[in-house]
Amino acid sequence: MIRDFEGVIIKTVCRLITPVIQLYGLYVIAHGHYSPGGGFQGGCILAASFILMVLAYDIKEVKKRMSEKINTIFCSLGVIIYAGIGLLCLILGANFLDYSILHKILPADPAHSRSLGILGVEIGVGFTVMAVLVSIFLNIASGGEHEEGEER
Amino acid sequence: MEIMDFIISKYNYWMYIIIMMIGFYAMIAKTNLAKKVVGMNIFQTAIILFFISTASKKGATIPIIQHGHGEAADIIHAAQYMNPLPHVLMLTAIVVMVSTFGVAIALLIMIYRKYNTLEEDEILEILKIENGR
Amino acid sequence: MRFLAFIAVLLTTAMLAYATLDMPGWGDPSSPASTHVSPVYIQEAYEKTATPNIVTAVLADYRSHDTLGETVVIFTAGVACMMLLRRRK
Repeated sequence: MIRDFEGVIIKTVCRLITPVIQLYGLYVIAHGHYSPGGGFQGGCILAASFILMVLAYDIKEVKKRMSEKINTIFCSLGVIIYAGIGLLCLILGANFLDYSILHKILPADPAHSRSLGILGVEIGVGFTVMAVLVSIFLNIASGGEHEEGEER
Repeated sequence: MEIMDFIISKYNYWMYIIIMMIGFYAMIAKTNLAKKVVGMNIFQTAIILFFISTASKKGATIPIIQHGHGEAADIIHAAQYMNPLPHVLMLTAIVVMVSTFGVAIALLIMIYRKYNTLEEDEILEILKIENGR
Repeated sequence: MRFLAFIAVLLTTAMLAYATLDMPGWGDPSSPASTHVSPVYIQEAYEKTATPNIVTAVLADYRSHDTLGETVVIFTAGVACMMLLRRRK
């Protein structure tokens, strides 16, 4: 009886607070220019929201929302975004990862196009860090067998 | 007083050396493999803190330019902001710490599946019996 | 065994404490770590990159190759965990 009641409180509170944590993680990534933050820190906060749902519910419930296939795609998407911005700078004529040449295709002067290049790169880093931390946690917590679903 | 000035200017290094040596002792003297991995983590954390403590300057603030939202900031002196380079390098070091910890725990799970124990001397006994056969 | 480990730890502590006699004091603004390239970063980062946060500007613009390598390192750690622990049926 008492255990059931505690379970209901924990499950409801975790379900209510997870969107707030994800919003805060996106805020930390987007405000990396003006306050302490950036890609690595925001990615960790986003991964923490998924891990909180695994602790409150089962692994099967969380995998309905974020399947293994989408997780693996996010892992490599971050690295592709980072290297892709570097290659774009190379194609336009400057050195690899020299963002000041982006002022030719973006409506900004070279200083602000460097700032936008930094933002794009941090978004890529945030994707990779989030996906890898969730993937490592799922693999270690279930011992590799998270197809069956039971974690404890 | 000479000795007080000397202690005040160097005591941060001594504190972090003590934490480093606690981690180092855990890595070489404990026989349980999981305790060795935790000792490695303590050692890496102490190194990160040690490096960042060399970045501070007396009377300086964090390396984010104040009043920077508008178009022109005030005149920027290098002595009123902290050194940003150790902070940057230690961000990379923290990510490396997390990666090695994850792979180490995965290896510990594989070792436990094969030998059914995590104590170092019992694993050496099993290996000796297997090799002697 | 533990006694030998303790002696080794004491020797290492003595060597490291002897090495700190030469290091610059805490909070010294003229230490070698703060004088070669970091004043250039502090003075030029805001006008060249329009980013008030100098740490993010240095991490993602002046040292962007290191951050690319860093992202590949954490990607490799995720792949290594996956390869070690997932088993085929």
